[in-house]
Amino acid sequence: MCETCGCDAGTGAGGTARLTTLPAPDHEHGHGHGHGHTVTLDQKVLAHNDDLAGRNRAWLGERGIVALNVMSSPGSGKTTLLERTAADLSAGSPISVIEGDQETLLDARRLSAAGARTVQVNTGTGCHLDATMVARALAALEPPDGSTVFVENVGNLVCPALFDLGERARVVLMSVTEGADKPLKYPHMFRGADVLLLNKIDLLPHVDFDMTACRDAARRLRPGLRVLPVSATRGDGLAAWYDWLAETRRAPT
Amino acid sequence: MHELAVTESVIAAISTQLPDSRVAVVHLEIGRLSGVMPDAVRFCFALAGEGTCVEGARLDITQPEGVGDCANCGTSFPARDPLAVCPCGSADVTISGGADLMIKAVEVADDV
Ligand SMILES: Nc1nc2c(ncn2[C@@H]2O[C@H](COP(=O)(O)OP(=O)(O)OP(=O)(O)O)[C@@H](O)[C@H]2O)c(=O)[nH]1
Ligand SMILES: [Mg+2]
Ligand SMILES: [Zn+2]
Repeated sequence: MCETCGCDAGTGAGGTARLTTLPAPDHEHGHGHGHGHTVTLDQKVLAHNDDLAGRNRAWLGERGIVALNVMSSPGSGKTTLLERTAADLSAGSPISVIEGDQETLLDARRLSAAGARTVQVNTGTGCHLDATMVARALAALEPPDGSTVFVENVGNLVCPALFDLGERARVVLMSVTEGADKPLKYPHMFRGADVLLLNKIDLLPHVDFDMTACRDAARRLRPGLRVLPVSATRGDGLAAWYDWLAETRRAPT
Repeated sequence: MHELAVTESVIAAISTQLPDSRVAVVHLEIGRLSGVMPDAVRFCFALAGEGTCVEGARLDITQPEGVGDCANCGTSFPARDPLAVCPCGSADVTISGGADLMIKAVEVADDV
């Protein structure tokens, strides 16, 4: 159990902003009971996060910046993929990264070394990024107009699925060493995916991984999902990933 | 676990809207396809509620199902999980709904 989910939705920042976004409570006085009354709220639990995500989305949209929320289990290869992507695409529009980890600056250092402007967000014991953290990171990052921002979420296939950050699309990564049944075990993450990268295919000769079964499982959750087999270290399949990126950048919002 | 963040959001929303109330019951809707576990929310609610206006409040949770539309037999059926299979046996099913997390209402104690 994650003790303090890192999520500050419960306290602090944005407390007053919340007031302006929620519908006024509708008082229904229950008669005849005498010891209380019912207040109808009928509001989304994550309304505050959704509202801040909407502001991030608008802020990015005004500047023609495309943000992508990159999610996977720990160690599937998010940072490796982004290092490689930053190095390969550095000639095109600039790439920056918001790096979410519970601890350390290690991944941020790797990405800076690969030529990407990077801001590290340490969530402590928190298991996901939320829209407030991304808003702060964007302010610090100051990504140029028309650029691409990758948000590397905390390695976790459960919690990040619930929190909109204001991204254009959700990139879910898994590696062939994790087993083809991953989508069935973590359905919510795969249900929300806009593209699925199957990483570490250079290891296919050494592991028992049924690519077709994995793809079918993911598509049961997200019909028509684009599935791209890649090797972030060896470079296989990256052309298709770069095509997807270019397509997503061009797609009307 | 994201249930703590979810629970904290519930408490924050209620505390903001009803700051000086003593809450007796919170009515929550946790869709069966939301990925949020009601038991974990109950656990977090008891802990995170301490010292707030919902301390000691009862949680009443409803869990609406989603809807599965079967491409094989054309019927619709209640979907209790994101991989629900049609009663006809087909897994060629489009599932929608059942993912909402809502604070429906709270019952406030009237102090005398
Ligand atoms: N063989 C192989 N190894 C890979 C590949 N991609 C990443 N790795 C290795 O997998 C390990 C984890 O990679 P990272 O990029 O740090 O993974 P991550 O998803 O960023 O991990 P966290 O940030 O800790 O969640 C490293 O040792 C990488 O070198 C790949 O395509 N093939
Ligand atoms: Mg990483
Ligand atoms: Zn059927």
